[in-house]
Amino acid sequence: MTATLTISWLTRRFGAVEALSQVSLQVQAGQRVALLGHNGAGKSTMMKIILGLIPPTEGEVTVCGAAPGSAAARAQVAYLPENAAFHPALTGEEQLRLFLSLRGESPAQARDLLARVGLHDAARRRIGTYSKGMRQRVGLAQALIGRPRLLVLDEPTSGLDPVSRRDFYALLDDLAAEGASVLLSSHALTEVEARTDRILILSRGRLVMQGSLPELRHAAALPVQFLVTPAAGQADALAAALAATPGPDGILRLTCAQDEKLALLARITGLGAAVADLDVIPPSLEDIYSHFSRRDGQ
Amino acid sequence: MNAILATAGAEFRIALRNRWVVIAVALMVVFSLVLAAAGAAPTGDVGVDRLSVIVASLTSLAIYLLPLLALLIGFDAVAGEVERGTLPLLLTYPVSRLEILIGKFAAHLAILTLAVVLGYGAAGVAALATDPRAGAGVAALVRLGWSSILLGATFLGAAYALSALSRRPSGAAGLAIGLWLLFVVLYDLGLLAMVVADAGGALTTHVLPVALLANPADAFRLFNLAASGAVGAASGMGAAAASIALWKSALSVAIWPLITLALAWAALKRVTP
Repeated sequence: MTATLTISWLTRRFGAVEALSQVSLQVQAGQRVALLGHNGAGKSTMMKIILGLIPPTEGEVTVCGAAPGSAAARAQVAYLPENAAFHPALTGEEQLRLFLSLRGESPAQARDLLARVGLHDAARRRIGTYSKGMRQRVGLAQALIGRPRLLVLDEPTSGLDPVSRRDFYALLDDLAAEGASVLLSSHALTEVEARTDRILILSRGRLVMQGSLPELRHAAALPVQFLVTPAAGQADALAAALAATPGPDGILRLTCAQDEKLALLARITGLGAAVADLDVIPPSLEDIYSHFSRRDGQ
Repeated sequence: MNAILATAGAEFRIALRNRWVVIAVALMVVFSLVLAAAGAAPTGDVGVDRLSVIVASLTSLAIYLLPLLALLIGFDAVAGEVERGTLPLLLTYPVSRLEILIGKFAAHLAILTLAVVLGYGAAGVAALATDPRAGAGVAALVRLGWSSILLGATFLGAAYALSALSRRPSGAAGLAIGLWLLFVVLYDLGLLAMVVADAGGALTTHVLPVALLANPADAFRLFNLAASGAVGAASGMGAAAASIALWKSALSVAIWPLITLALAWAALKRVTP
């Protein structure tokens, strides 16, 4: 696999403040990578450095084999800023025609692009009349111009309704399938959990964890939760057997470490007919995320 | 080239929708026609054609109005993008900052050109319709036209430089008005004070010509009045204009737009979004 983005020992200081500290990572072609972190953790700074908008203080960044911000890199990288903004006096179609021309593409594609993000009917209205979600979709449409090899998306789904979010991730899947890399930041952890291949957690400018969700789960070693529903009339017997007290809904809640999961599962299934139902709940990305960012003192 | 044209097209459309095109054209046409009507009165006595007199009046108008229009149209160019949050995205596109600057400049200069051509054109038509000898002043009017466009270009570049330096539209607007006051009003007052205090000494003969050439507005006035021979009609500047060769004021008028655009480019290069 070829790396679309390589970052080695990246540090960025603003005066005495270290916004990013010795960050190293790679994004491979076709990978969808989520960048997580609190406000001020360094996500936007990292994106701006990848885009070449601000220079790094130390370290090396390579984007599509070129220096960030160079003409070669900019030709292959698309960006969706947080709170995408455009000139209110232009219509959606005019704005996209301009962006297409700036990328050396035919402006005639503007209508198709707007249709892809569901803005076909609003194409001739001024952007000043658009809602936040519509502006966000204009931003997404411009990021699709010219088959970029790397998409840098800063909170791309903020302001989108649930259906639009699903459509957005479907678009990302198509792009990734064609070999484009996607680096996106988000606060909507449940979406990211299901729709990305790899997760990076930034905390106070340091990359505290990176890997796939199972890898993160393993590293965090958070307890697994079991929800056991007793069969009719078996509540007390089951509670005694598992040494747990039932909640007000009658369901028994047990937790165990990752490596004890199968043993506990065997014990519960060994109880046979006393158990009416069983749910195994692994730690969510939210749990894992707060585990890693809390460990760092936040 | 495509990127420049596309930027210029979008900027022109924005200016059209923000009424800047209408405002610029209306101001130039109305003021030019008023001067054409007022300037027509003394022609019989002075012995020059009506249009030449009007050109002298229009020169004074242009010195005030064109820098002001250019600064008003241009002050938002960079600061506005910064405030709206549109600049970071634009700078990630594969276009250079110089191309963006030239694109905006082309659109704004087109607006000023339109205003100058329609305004002076209206005055010219009015003069030709009422005075059969007015044809003699056409060359002066054309010269006033292109030098006015260069004067506008100078102040557009200055507006972009201020816009990139201040990064906030309100700050850029303040700086633009300050620049206009400085170059168009206060500068001449300062020179006047110097001449009065000096009473024909070395300052008047050596420093004054250089000081006049160093100000784009004064160089524009010198160039037009000296070239049209209407110095007498404009009064006051006669002696100074006569002592400065025409090529010097022409060079100043031509070179100033390049200087301010280079400053604007340097300022824009330093903007980090």
